[in-house]
Amino acid sequence: MPINFANKPGIIAYLTAGDPSIAITREIALAAIDNGADVIELGVPFSDPLADGPVIQRASERAVAHGVRLSDVLALCKELREARPQCGIILFSYLNPVVRMGLKAFCKAAAEAGADGVLLTDMIVEEAAEYIAEMQANNLAPVFLAAPTSPDARLKAIAEASKGFVYAISRVGITGTQQTVNSDAPGLVARLRKFTEPLGIPVAVGFGISNAEHVKAVGGFADAAVIGSALVALIEKTAPEEAAKAVGEFIAGLRS
Amino acid sequence: MATATLNPTATSIPGRFGAYGGRYVPETLMAALLELDEAYADADADPAFHAELDELLHHYCGRPTALYYAKRLSETLGGAKIYLKREDLLHTGAHKINNALGQGLLARRMGKKRIIAETGAGQHGVATATVCALLGLECVIYMGEEDMRRQELNVYRMRLLGAEVRGVNGGSATLKDAINEAMRDWVTNVRETYYILGSALGSHPYPTMVRNFHRVISLESKQQILEQEGRLPDAIVACVGGGSNAIGAFYEYIPDANVQLIGVEAGGRGTALGEHAARFQKVGGGVPGVLQGTYSYVLQDDAGQVASTHSVSAGLDYASVGPEHAMLHDSGRATYVSCSDEDALKAVVTLSRTEGILPAIESAHAVAEAVRLAPLMGKDKIIMVNLSGRGDKDMGILARELDLKGASPITPKGSL
Repeated sequence: MPINFANKPGIIAYLTAGDPSIAITREIALAAIDNGADVIELGVPFSDPLADGPVIQRASERAVAHGVRLSDVLALCKELREARPQCGIILFSYLNPVVRMGLKAFCKAAAEAGADGVLLTDMIVEEAAEYIAEMQANNLAPVFLAAPTSPDARLKAIAEASKGFVYAISRVGITGTQQTVNSDAPGLVARLRKFTEPLGIPVAVGFGISNAEHVKAVGGFADAAVIGSALVALIEKTAPEEAAKAVGEFIAGLRS
Repeated sequence: MATATLNPTATSIPGRFGAYGGRYVPETLMAALLELDEAYADADADPAFHAELDELLHHYCGRPTALYYAKRLSETLGGAKIYLKREDLLHTGAHKINNALGQGLLARRMGKKRIIAETGAGQHGVATATVCALLGLECVIYMGEEDMRRQELNVYRMRLLGAEVRGVNGGSATLKDAINEAMRDWVTNVRETYYILGSALGSHPYPTMVRNFHRVISLESKQQILEQEGRLPDAIVACVGGGSNAIGAFYEYIPDANVQLIGVEAGGRGTALGEHAARFQKVGGGVPGVLQGTYSYVLQDDAGQVASTHSVSAGLDYASVGPEHAMLHDSGRATYVSCSDEDALKAVVTLSRTEGILPAIESAHAVAEAVRLAPLMGKDKIIMVNLSGRGDKDMGILARELDLKGASPITPKGSL
């Protein structure tokens, strides 16, 4: 499986698929991969992104408004897989579009599109039995979120249910950039490590990671950093034809 | 009838209503939901909690509410006897205070100092702001800007009561968008904040807890109808937005198979997706999905994007419905019909002019169904309508929509 954080820390780039268009998201993703992103998280736009801050809300709204569907994101995933066989690709979605397609049909389609794993924002481990079974049947990695508010017993269940990596949320709250890496993050990762290390599962940290300094800080205690809102904001303010170049330069700058 | 596709085997998980319900939230909220689940179970088992709640429901809110035989309305229609369960007479003007008070006492018991809530028509927001004033708690209310415009009086009431009202302009700027924003606030301030959800929606334990706080409606009405008629009603009719007044009005009658339970959804201005909020409508209605933490019927397009909704009543203008109603729908124990904007507005006039009772436009949806149904039933039959709120808040909408000039001869459809 191409989820691999050999470069420390690994870089996971989140993109809202279809903002500004599927074709441009494709160019942006390729530029991100070619400039050092280890994993691409392809965000499926949703009408009600209640875990997201204003930046990703706006991107999602724009993509939904021009009719981007889960099936379009799966097609994009397939193109990226063919173009860059060695890059990790995770599909990142709220549950409802997946339920609408049908869990079974979705997992099969995701595997056929060459995805490595899936993260469902509003799926918790207690509700996930059927989902995990379908993911396993299709050799896909379910990635679960871990939060600073999750007690150890939940972190254990999250580590055991996850494959590929565990996504540790750096702070309580919604997605969006902030000045420094939240002080909750190292403590959460340390607690999580007790359960992920015996299983050999890496830990990625996301929410509020937006520059090289943050990535370096995260590298001090975790395996990978997720860059989301900072990229989506950059895409929002850049002319569509310049976006891939801008994102490539931004990603290249994260490890300097 | 749609088939549930998510977790059909998970019926033993707490908070399931058949296949519906459950907990579908970002992980950050799970600790808070588990804490709430435990705190609610503890309070529910504590006679002192219930004693304080009952005392306030009686002396502060005015329970028990009357069960009133609407004689003139019934005789005019010439069919079944119509009884009104007068939740509109409660303090703050709607059933919403039952739940807001219960959850407010729970929040205080949990040591939470900051309360947030969403509101559609503003009735839950007013009830929550009232309870926060009563208990000395900080209060922030999220409300869609479209709803703030059409329920302006309630915005002012909430502010007068000391609440901060935050407008939400995302999506269609109505109830769903207010819930999204309240959930974003909760996920950000989860450690010190209590979220008083206003309907029987959302993640476990909310649908169960909110229903239990409204159960008092059917507990009272059952006793009252037995006293007044010596028997149970043939049908109970209630409007269904999220479904809190309806589940409270239905609950004690669920085992009584001879009592028909009828939920009335907002039929809006047409049957096409986007024109109504009738989740259970056969064509152009909802299918099972996940919205805002629970698995239930959701109005959505075929890509799983949640559809916009329309209703003249802000309180029924919502794309999903409480999961217990989804179960009652699928099992056939309750039936769900819809009522158009136009018929609801006519029912406001009908009830005002036959009984001198001005219903909220939400509740008027239930009145309209009773007006339709009563003439089809014999004079020995009994319909009970849960009159969930009063219409004072709707004066602005009514003035715009009805164009009343003096005692103008507005005659609703049918015999009236």
